[in-house]
Amino acid sequence: MTITENKPTKIIGTRLLRREDPPLLTGEAKFTNDLNIPGALHLSVLRSPFAHAKIKSIDVSAALKIIGVVAIYTGKDLQSAWAAPMPCAWPVTTDMKNPPHYPLASDKVNYVGDGVAAILATNETASRDALDAIDVEYEPLKAVVDLEDALSDKNIIHKDLGTNKSYTWPLLVEETPGCVEEAFKKARYKVKERYVQQRLIPMAMEPRAIAAVPQPFGGDITLYSSTQIPHILKVMSALTLGIPEQQVRVVAPSVGGGFGSKLDVYAEELLCMALARKHNTPVRWVEERSENSHATIQGRGQIQHIELAADEKGKITAVRVRIIGDMGAYLQLVTPGVPLLGAFLYAGVYDIPKAYDFSCTSVFTNLTPTDAYRGAGRPEATYAIEMAIEALAREMKIDSFELRKRNYIKKEQFPYTAFSGLTYDSGDHLLAAEKAVKMTDLAGVRAQQKKQNVPGATKLLGVGMSSYFEMCGLAPSRVLASLNYSAGGWEAATVRVLPTNKVQVITGTSPHGQGHETSWAMIASEKLGVAPEDVDVLHSDTAISALGLDTYGSRSLPVGGVAIALACDKVIEKAKLIAAHQLECAAEDLQFAGGTFSVKGSPDRALPLAAIAFGAFTAHNLPDGCEPNLEAQVSYDPPNFSWPFGTHMCVVEVDTETGAVKILKYIAVDDCGNQINPLIVEGQVHGGVVQGIAQALFEEAVYDSDGNLKTATLMEYLVPAASDLPSITTGHTVTPSPTNQLGVKGIGEAGTIGAAPTVITAIIDALSSLGVTSMAMPASPQTVWRTIQEATRGGKK
Amino acid sequence: MKVSITVNGKTHDGDVEPRTLLVHYIRETVGLTGTNVGCDTSSCGACTIHMNGEAVKSCTILAVQADGANLTTIEGLAKDGVMHPMQTAFMENHGLQCGYCTPGMVMAAVGLLNENPKPTEEEVRLGLEGNLCRCTGYHNIVKSVLAAAGAK
Repeated sequence: MTITENKPTKIIGTRLLRREDPPLLTGEAKFTNDLNIPGALHLSVLRSPFAHAKIKSIDVSAALKIIGVVAIYTGKDLQSAWAAPMPCAWPVTTDMKNPPHYPLASDKVNYVGDGVAAILATNETASRDALDAIDVEYEPLKAVVDLEDALSDKNIIHKDLGTNKSYTWPLLVEETPGCVEEAFKKARYKVKERYVQQRLIPMAMEPRAIAAVPQPFGGDITLYSSTQIPHILKVMSALTLGIPEQQVRVVAPSVGGGFGSKLDVYAEELLCMALARKHNTPVRWVEERSENSHATIQGRGQIQHIELAADEKGKITAVRVRIIGDMGAYLQLVTPGVPLLGAFLYAGVYDIPKAYDFSCTSVFTNLTPTDAYRGAGRPEATYAIEMAIEALAREMKIDSFELRKRNYIKKEQFPYTAFSGLTYDSGDHLLAAEKAVKMTDLAGVRAQQKKQNVPGATKLLGVGMSSYFEMCGLAPSRVLASLNYSAGGWEAATVRVLPTNKVQVITGTSPHGQGHETSWAMIASEKLGVAPEDVDVLHSDTAISALGLDTYGSRSLPVGGVAIALACDKVIEKAKLIAAHQLECAAEDLQFAGGTFSVKGSPDRALPLAAIAFGAFTAHNLPDGCEPNLEAQVSYDPPNFSWPFGTHMCVVEVDTETGAVKILKYIAVDDCGNQINPLIVEGQVHGGVVQGIAQALFEEAVYDSDGNLKTATLMEYLVPAASDLPSITTGHTVTPSPTNQLGVKGIGEAGTIGAAPTVITAIIDALSSLGVTSMAMPASPQTVWRTIQEATRGGKK
Repeated sequence: MKVSITVNGKTHDGDVEPRTLLVHYIRETVGLTGTNVGCDTSSCGACTIHMNGEAVKSCTILAVQADGANLTTIEGLAKDGVMHPMQTAFMENHGLQCGYCTPGMVMAAVGLLNENPKPTEEEVRLGLEGNLCRCTGYHNIVKSVLAAAGAK
C-alpha cells in the first residue's frame, strides 16, 4: 500500500473550478425525476380552480374507468392518514392563528391550486387524463385577495379562527418610554412612506419532483425529493404521517435550484409517502410549471409603512414601521417568520438610537401560501429603509450618499451593539460605498447626466444606490428560541480520514447549486493539508448525513462550513496524540503544518497525516485508551448571526416615451468576510443581483379580484432572459467576521437584498426632473410611463 | 406509430403514441435523462437538443415529427470522455450553478456558435433569449460562450 505524502496547500481563497460541473454539463447528473424507479405509480393532484369555495361533491367514477388509473382519493378518504396537520415550525407568537392544513382539502378550498383529489395511475399520462374526468361541484365564496381587505375581516377565510389576522408581532425598543413619539415630535425632518412588496414566484428551473419508495417489509420508506431540507423534511414527515423517525430516509438527489421554494414540507411529499405505504408500491410525482406557480410557495407580499425622524443634519433619530404581511391561505413551514427576519433591519446600516417601533400584522388571503424566498424578509426591509433614506434626502434637498455617510455605522464602532441588542460582528460601510462610487465613476455619470437630462430629453440618465446589511448565518439557537422558532440553528459535520489518507466530509448542508462539494473540500483540504481532490463531500441523504439543518438563509458556509473546520481541528487533535506517541514526544511539542506533524525545533522528527491515518486504521501502535480510526463529529451552534454588507449602484437610462428602462451599468460591492472560493462568491452575487433586478423591473404574481393567478406560466411571468440584462461588475471589500475561525459571513442572498432598491432609486433619479418621487415594482414600461404621465400632468399620485 | 430516430449516433426503431413529445421520447423511451423539462409553454429552453444539426426545443416537437431525424442530446456532446469546448468553457467560467438549465443552455450555445462563430456580447445575449437560467444571472453563461467562441 502506498501512502501518499501530505503536501502543504494554500487552497482557501483560490478560484478552484467546481467538481459539481462535469456530471451536470454532460447530462449524467440525476435529478429526482431522472431516477429510474421500476413499478412506480404516478400521482397527479386535482387542484381547485376557485380561490375560495365549498366542496359540495366529488364524483370520481368516470376517472376510475380510465385505463391505467389505480385509485383516487379525496381529502375525506385520507383523513385518517395524517397523525398531524402539515407543519408550521415558526409559531411567532403564543396566540398566533394557524388553521389546520392537510395535504388535500376536505370541505372547503382556500386558494386556486388547493389540492382536492389524488390520483394514482400506472403512468403519468393516465394520471393526468384522470384530472379532467373528475367531477367536482363547488359553491364559490367571495375571495379575499387584497391585504387591507383581509385585515378588515369583512370576509373571513377560516371561520373557526374568527378573523383573517394570523398574528401581530411587535418590536418596540425605546431608551425611555415614549421616546419614539417624542423623537417624531422633535424631528427637524420627517418622512412617511408606503411601499408594496409584490408577490414573487421563485421559479427554480427544476419544478418539484418526488418519489416515495417503501420497503416491502418492516415499514421503512425512502423519500427522494427535490428539497433544500432533507433533514427537516425527515423529522416533519415522520411526525405528520405518524411513522417512527428512524424508518424514514430522505434523499435529495441533484436539486435544480431552490431560492427558498424547496424549503418546505409539501402536500405532495406527504401524499407520495402516505400512498406509497398504503399501496406498498413506489409513488412518484412531478410538477408542471403552471402547477408550480400555484402549488409551490410564493415570496414577498407585504405592504410596508415606514417613517423616519431626523435632526437638522439628517441624523436619524427614530424609525417607525408597520407591515401587513400576506400569509396566503395557510401557514407553510416558516411562513409567519419571514417578516421577522427583516424586523431587525429596518434601520439598515445606520447608527440609530434606541428609538425603534416595528410591528407586523400578518393576514390570511385566498392566495397561494407565501414563505421564504431568497432573502426572506431582509430584501423587503432593505428596500424600505433605503427608499426612505432617498425620500429623506429629497426632503432635505441633499445628496442621498451624503445622507448615508452621516448615518452609517462607523468602522470603529464594530462590534456594534444595535438598538435591538443584536451585535453586528464587523463592517466598514463607508469603504464599500466609496469603492462602489469609484467603480461607478459617480462624478462622471453626474456630469453626463447634466448634459443628457435637459428639458425635452426623452432618454434620461439616472444613478441609484443602496447600502445593505444582511442578517445571515441562521442562527444562534438561543436567539431562535427567543423568536419562538421550533428548532435550533446549529449545523453538523463529520470529518473522517480514511486509511489511505483520503478524506470524507459529511455535511448537514444540502446544496442545490451553491457548490458546497467544492467549497467544503477546499476547507478540509487546507485544514488537513491534503489535496482537494482527495476530499469527498457527502450530503443530502439522511442515511449518510444523519444530522443537519440544511441549506437556506445564507447559513451553509458560516454555520456548516465552520462546523467542518472545527471537525478538522478535532481530527488534528486526535492525530496529534497518535503522532506524539509514535514520535515519543509530548503533544505540546508538536506543530501541524502542510499535513505534517513535526517536533518544534527538530523538523526531522516528523510524521505525515498519511502515516497517522494508516496507523489509526491498523491500530497496531496507538496510545493507551486511544480509539482506532481518525474521525470527528461536530455540531456547531454559531455564537452570533453573521452580517455581510455592501453597497450596490447602477446607472439606468429611461425612455420617457415608452417607459422602457435600460440598465447601463450595475456595480455590486459586497463584503462577505473571507472568501473560500471567489469564483463561487461572484456567481452567487450575479444570480442574486438578477433576482433583485427581476423584482424591480419584471416579475409579479398578478391575481385578479377573484384570486385567479394571471401569470401562471413563463409566458406571462417574466423571468428575465440574458437579453434583458446587463453584465454585472462585482467588487469586494474583505472584513472578516470575528465570530468564526474562517472569518466568513455568507453570500447567498446579498445580491438580491441589494438590487431592487438600487434599480428603483436609479429610475426615480432619472425621472426626478419630471417630478417623479416614487415608483411601484415591477417598474414595467407601462408602470414607468404611467408614473411619468401622472407626475408631469399633475394627475393622480 | 412507427418511428426510426437516431440519437447520438444510435438508431432507435419503435412504436410511439402519436401525442408523445420528443423530449418525453428522449427521456423515457431512449432513457437519456440529461435533457430536462422546465416548463409547459416552450419558454425555458431546458429541453434544447440538436435536430439535424440545428438547436431546437424538444418539447415543441412530437416524436413522430422526428422520424428519420438525427438528434444530438447533451449526452452526445462529449467525445471519448473529453468534454466539448463549450462544456469546458462553462466549467472554466462558472457558467452553471444548479445545472438544471445547463444541458439546454449548452446545446443552444453550441447552436448559436454554429450559426455565428464570433458573436458579440449582445449577440450572445440575444441568441440565448429562449433559454432561461435562474441561478447565474447569465453573466458567466455569456462569458462562457464568448470564451468558447474565442477558443475555436
